Amino acid sequence: MEAISVITGQMAPLPRANVDTDAIIPKQFLKRVERSGFGPFLFYEWAYDEEGELIEDFILNQPAYAAAKVLVSGPNFGSGSSREHAPWSIEDRGFAAVIAPSFADIFHNNCINIGLLPVVLTDDEVARLTQIAEDPDNLVTIDLEDQTVTAVGFDASFDIDPFAKHRLANGLDNIALALEHADAIASYESTRAPHKPAL
Amino acid sequence: MTAPRTMYEKIWTDHVVRDGGGNEPDLLYIDLHLVHEVTSPQAFEALELTNRKVRRPDLTLATVDHGVPTEGRALGIKDPLSKKQIETLVDNCRNNGIELYDISDIRQGIVHVIGPEQGITQPGMTIVCGDSHTSTHGAFGALAFGIGTSEVEHVLATQSLPQSRPKSMAVNVNGELATGVTAKDVILGIITRIGVAGGTGYVIEYRGTAIVALSMAGRMTICNMSIEAGARAGMIAPDETTFEYLRGRNQAPTGDDWDTAVEYWKSLPSDPGATFDIEIDIDAAELAPYVSWGTNPAQTVSVTGAVPSPTEFDDPLERDAAERALVYMDLEAGTPIEEIPVDRIFLGSCTNGRIEDLRVGAKLLEGKTIHPDVHAMVVPGSGLVKLQAEEEGLDIIFKNAGFEWREPGCSMCLGMNPDILMPGERCASTSNRNFEGRQGRNGRTHLVSPEMAVAAAVAGHFVDVREWK
Repeated sequence: MEAISVITGQMAPLPRANVDTDAIIPKQFLKRVERSGFGPFLFYEWAYDEEGELIEDFILNQPAYAAAKVLVSGPNFGSGSSREHAPWSIEDRGFAAVIAPSFADIFHNNCINIGLLPVVLTDDEVARLTQIAEDPDNLVTIDLEDQTVTAVGFDASFDIDPFAKHRLANGLDNIALALEHADAIASYESTRAPHKPAL
Repeated sequence: MTAPRTMYEKIWTDHVVRDGGGNEPDLLYIDLHLVHEVTSPQAFEALELTNRKVRRPDLTLATVDHGVPTEGRALGIKDPLSKKQIETLVDNCRNNGIELYDISDIRQGIVHVIGPEQGITQPGMTIVCGDSHTSTHGAFGALAFGIGTSEVEHVLATQSLPQSRPKSMAVNVNGELATGVTAKDVILGIITRIGVAGGTGYVIEYRGTAIVALSMAGRMTICNMSIEAGARAGMIAPDETTFEYLRGRNQAPTGDDWDTAVEYWKSLPSDPGATFDIEIDIDAAELAPYVSWGTNPAQTVSVTGAVPSPTEFDDPLERDAAERALVYMDLEAGTPIEEIPVDRIFLGSCTNGRIEDLRVGAKLLEGKTIHPDVHAMVVPGSGLVKLQAEEEGLDIIFKNAGFEWREPGCSMCLGMNPDILMPGERCASTSNRNFEGRQGRNGRTHLVSPEMAVAAAVAGHFVDVREWK
């Protein structure tokens, strides 16, 4: 996982509430056993019609937004299933961060675990940023260290769990961190009640 | 004397391997890791790449459910991608010594049906799975939640998971449910009241006389859909109903271990006076059979109600969501729910695919036939549910009425296998999600209880099961 410091780039506005993981990456694309290559299927049913033709109006299909790096969307983003394919597909499409007023829990955890930065701003801030993003020439800058989001005429700060920030800023592997406590795990196991099931 | 604690606090504390001290997440021990074919291949691959081993294959149980076909299994799996995904799980389980209920195993089924069925889901446990409906297992007084593939890899490698402590919510449902009002209606009623993000950041404990009165199947239906309110987990205190369900099951403790276990289980319910971060009270008598009209589970009304107008929503994003939902669902505001015709019926899923669900469906259906314009199917939650139903003759009732009787799996709940809605088809479904495209592109899902689904199958449109004969 790559360390994150400052993200600067174009925004793609998707002002909808409750964007769910079935919309982000429909189930027919979950059959692959690979970790990468999900980008082309991002928001598939909004991006392509029933005949598989590109829906040109869809924000991510507009050539003006081809370089988008930050997705700006509505509350409860990523609701629904636990599929990590959802953040994988967003990341694979070239996004480095998602800004929304709130995120679903599992999706949020998945983002932190793969190094896709979830940024929570207020409803009002997200609404203003969405307006600013209507001009594709307007860039946004997210500074993880300072916990700030800036764009033309826009300046906001955001909260993030300090440990999540530490991991993202240093690109730390969670498993390696846990294995530093292998002794504690073994010690816990030695005291585990015998009535607990094991196969 | 220690301060009164909630059940969730007790289970959490019992599983802390390393206290994060408030600055870092706690490292929690995981008692059971359930694995299926869709969210695990990348985790196993990453383990291999990093030369890590599965720490506790004996605390890991796998099955195939999402991508398996529900008919024509003798011919093999036609979809080459699903076939490869399932074969990958078979290989991964074999290479890592993990027990797998494969497609030919009578115990194969939906991952959240097989755990309880085998008695391996027990009170006081931490249970995870790469599936958001893992909250189902909370019905036993376990702390159970869905995880992503990176976390699947983490649990495989360490049998532990770093977790920040969620907040606690009590949902108290007191009073008696009217006949025809089911556990499914209780949870749809709760989600409609608190919203699809109302539970975000919380573990919900469902309490109250209406919850205590439910069977384990009903309790599982409620905990199953906790995630549809955004909750990290849902749980219900273990009691005699729980113990009786578990007694004698394959993986349940026996002899002295049983007594020790029951004693421990009895210590788990929240202490009198334990405080929750938030409490919500619901009068069971106010709940009705519900039908979802929109594209998220909170967009739901009573069967006696009508499709709402977007103008009823004050929040502009909610109004916009309602407008989009009406277009997608091809519904007009003001249409009475009972006038909405259905094309398809799906009875199954980890929400309502247990033997009890099939029994109530069959009982209502006995001597009737489904509407000629309706295509209906039953997909049992597991091979053992199917076998039990066949021993009771339920399959005959369903088949005589015109239902298709299928093999177990997730099936049309999410349509990763060939069971999908065609564009424009409208389905009364006992599953858990009515998202756009969930059951098939441009398919329209209405979430209902098994009773409501069966009644709609016969009538050809939604009917109030309380009045239905």
